Amino acid sequence: MTDATSSGNTAPQIVVENLVKRFGDFVAVNQVSFSVNRGEIMGFLGPNGAGKSTLLRVLCGLLHPNAGRAIVAGIDVAQDPEAVRRRIGYMSQKFSLYNDMSVVENLRFFGGVYGVSRCDIQDRLHFAVDMAGLNGREDSLVGTLAGGWKQRLALGAAILHKPAILFLDEPTSGVDPSSRRRFWELIHSLGEDGVSVLVSTHYMDEAEYCHRIALINHGKLIALGTPQELKRHALDGHLLELSGERIGDAIATLDQSAGMHNVAMFGSTLHALVDDAELRMPEFQAQLTAAGYASITIRRIEPSLEDSFVQLVGGKK
Amino acid sequence: MPTATATAASTLIEVGSLEKQFGAVTAVRGISFSVRSGEIFGLVGPDGAGKTTTTRMLAGVMRPDAGSIVIDGVNVLEQPELAKRHVSYMPQRFGLYEDLTVYENIRFYADLFEVNRKVWQERAGTMLAAADMTPFLKRLAGQLSGGMKQKLGLICSLVHTPRVLLLDEPTTGVDPLSRREFWQILYTLRSEGVAMVLSTAYLDEAERCDRLALMNAGQIMFCDTPTALKARMPGAMLEILGTSPRRLRNAVSAMPGVLGVLLVGTGVHVHIDDPQRAVQIQEMLTAQDIPVHSLQTVSPSVEDLFIALLDQDIGKAPVP
Amino acid sequence: MKWRRVRAITIKEALQIVRDPRSLMIALLIPVLQMFLLGYGISLDVKHLPLCIYDQDNTTQSHDLLHRFSASPYFDTRPGLHNYAEVGRGLDTGNCRLVIVIPTGFSKGLADNGGSTVQALLDATDTNTASLAANYARAVIAGYSAQVQLDAIQSRGGQMQTVTPVEVRARVWFNEDLISRNFIIPGVVAMVMAIVGSQLSSLTIAREWERGTMELLISTPVQPMELMLGKLLPYFAVGMLDACICLALAMFWFDVPFRGTLIALFFTTGLFLLVVLCIGYYVSVSIRSQVGASQVALILTMLPTTLLSGFSFPIDQMPPVVQGVTYLISGRYYVTLLKALFLKGAPWSELAAPIACLTVYAAVMVVLAARSFHKTLD
Repeated sequence: MTDATSSGNTAPQIVVENLVKRFGDFVAVNQVSFSVNRGEIMGFLGPNGAGKSTLLRVLCGLLHPNAGRAIVAGIDVAQDPEAVRRRIGYMSQKFSLYNDMSVVENLRFFGGVYGVSRCDIQDRLHFAVDMAGLNGREDSLVGTLAGGWKQRLALGAAILHKPAILFLDEPTSGVDPSSRRRFWELIHSLGEDGVSVLVSTHYMDEAEYCHRIALINHGKLIALGTPQELKRHALDGHLLELSGERIGDAIATLDQSAGMHNVAMFGSTLHALVDDAELRMPEFQAQLTAAGYASITIRRIEPSLEDSFVQLVGGKK
Repeated sequence: MPTATATAASTLIEVGSLEKQFGAVTAVRGISFSVRSGEIFGLVGPDGAGKTTTTRMLAGVMRPDAGSIVIDGVNVLEQPELAKRHVSYMPQRFGLYEDLTVYENIRFYADLFEVNRKVWQERAGTMLAAADMTPFLKRLAGQLSGGMKQKLGLICSLVHTPRVLLLDEPTTGVDPLSRREFWQILYTLRSEGVAMVLSTAYLDEAERCDRLALMNAGQIMFCDTPTALKARMPGAMLEILGTSPRRLRNAVSAMPGVLGVLLVGTGVHVHIDDPQRAVQIQEMLTAQDIPVHSLQTVSPSVEDLFIALLDQDIGKAPVP
Repeated sequence: MKWRRVRAITIKEALQIVRDPRSLMIALLIPVLQMFLLGYGISLDVKHLPLCIYDQDNTTQSHDLLHRFSASPYFDTRPGLHNYAEVGRGLDTGNCRLVIVIPTGFSKGLADNGGSTVQALLDATDTNTASLAANYARAVIAGYSAQVQLDAIQSRGGQMQTVTPVEVRARVWFNEDLISRNFIIPGVVAMVMAIVGSQLSSLTIAREWERGTMELLISTPVQPMELMLGKLLPYFAVGMLDACICLALAMFWFDVPFRGTLIALFFTTGLFLLVVLCIGYYVSVSIRSQVGASQVALILTMLPTTLLSGFSFPIDQMPPVVQGVTYLISGRYYVTLLKALFLKGAPWSELAAPIACLTVYAAVMVVLAARSFHKTLD
């Protein structure tokens, strides 16, 4: 297994320029531009209806773009969608495995559909079964497998033909956390082998697993960068957590304080976005103590991606 | 804010040893918990943990095979219809009629609960205004956005001023802004004394609850406040970013005091038994010539806690 | 039982019907279509039957007989045949459905013996048509017979009242199979009611399951009886509206005579509608998919009403076992009542039995349907 960074091929595998996709009056994908390099894992984050699935389908050659360009593995999706499909692997939301067929039967089917040659198919089957951890269960019906197994099997089925690019649409819906981690390990090893992976998800915390993420909302790309970049730079300020007895009552007072961008309830604490943590922490401490609140603790916390998202979308209260 | 020793507020929900089986599958096994008025109780766990089944049994739409449920003094198993008068249920698939307008939907549920006309019109008006939905009164529910449907679903469930609110994964797939607004509404209800049970597969939503039950495979692994949950995890969490996460992972796993390493996109998250280890690890990495962009302590995510607890339970070594 | 809840459900259901193009089509378009299609399309009257004659006699008498056949509107007389080979060919090719062979000694037989036989050869691949053809032929021949007798008597100087050929009445009296549009239309009304009623109600509960709104409905205090009543009321109203449309079409467009009372008509229609609505509701509760529910409902209502209610095939011609089965078909009673009301103008005494049966049927179905729905997910 070679390390992708040493391969020398640095041309991007996916290039998207001002892509637009409309359904009647509704603009599902609105001027989206980005690129994905070899061996890179790119995550598309956004709520349901943001346009992630539509975008993936355009890149897979399943939908025709209305404007802009999308080059996947060197091929323009609008010109030759069929050729694109030969070079990519796609794992859909519900895994698309046949529940009434066995593990091996499913793999053979997809192998046949993807045109995997006779000499390769045995090896690839073993590889997929191995990767999914289903050794000894090749003849079990897929319908009897739990979510995590199906997920890994679906991944195996998607890469039987060794595609250079992999598209995953909500791959971890309905999967337990341990399985999810195991799945991402597999994705990372694929990345290191040079496969470019594009993942779409509505779980913000899955972003951590990606090299770079793109935040999508209402069809628009609102941010692009590493998870750390987005967390630190998108937020225009510092995030504080305030806890104490009846702290919720203090929202009104704090809202008016100097340097406060916004403050909201979070569980039994308050999350406050301020201009400068060092400066404001002691100020708030004093203010609250003076107002009669007891046992106040204030500390600086790391913003989550959700905080960044809300900020970017224009989080007014 | 509710304190740990809750005796002042009354217990509105009392669940004891619930069990439910579907054929050969045990969906819920020995679930017990209680919820006070003015408390948001979270059922947190991955899909298949039994959250929806539990919520359905509380709502009276499914009968448990064993156990007891008492809501607001009413035994739900013996008098399900009586219990339903004070409970509001928002299932995962809502219950909105897409071919009816916002107003017609609210009126329908108000009539089902026999709410006085003036009362519900006023209440609905206030809630719609707070949710910025007043201009959509005559809009067909099917034409609303995901976030607005959520809010409408909530308004419909609240129109008869229930004392108990059951929400099954209400924010799945909803944009973060709407999710935030949704929670603000829940916090307002909390201050009015409503007892809420909310189930979610977003582990990070656990922190927004007053108390939570971490569920897995039909059982409750942990039941306490988020703060207590975090305290459960000894040591600290390190975030080490570098160009080659795999090399980092392999190197760090072998180091002493490391309880678990998780590969992430741009590095690794390391669970160490003692915050002091951070320095040692830094030194060792430098010694091994492994490039490190940054190394810092971070708070463990609820998922980290979940995995750690799961491993503790089963006695396995953490995922390498 | 809270009427407010019933009303809430009724209003919701009514709004959904009006806003769903599929329901509207079923409710308004299909009944009218059916009435026209079947009213004009089905005619079990047999007219213009291809008739071939092989006249071996070729006398004045045989020509007289031939004349009667040609004059009959039920026969379409084709060019004469000249030998049995042609007869065979005519029947084989379907050129002739009926061949009348007048033997060589026909007129001589009439003169000498006072009687003669005529051969009729029938194409019975369609037995219905064949038996009708045979009966028509007999009627024509009987008419000729009567005339022959009359002539014979008069020629001997006797006096006798003319025997007028009882064409129309003969048809009614000795051939019950003869169904004309007047008999069809009432049956069509029953069929339309069966389809509309069951289709509309079969979708209602299944739709709630499919759309996911049922779960929330169960968690509210609404009672099963309230739910059923609320849901069926708008469909009942639509069904009665359809009944009015169909009956109006029957009476004023197709000119089917109506001799009964309107009260009886609407009462019985209401009962039948109630039955099919309950059947549809029951199916809807049992089958949680809309497509499945509507298919099963159709099978349970339309098929029996079409085949076993006496609409298309007379019940007393059926094997005894099947006849017994028809007692279980609600359509049987409704069709009987419709025919009685439209054509016979029967008095209440005659209507009492089928009405009683239909009432019992309705009561049973209402109870069954109401109790079929359980407020639980599993």
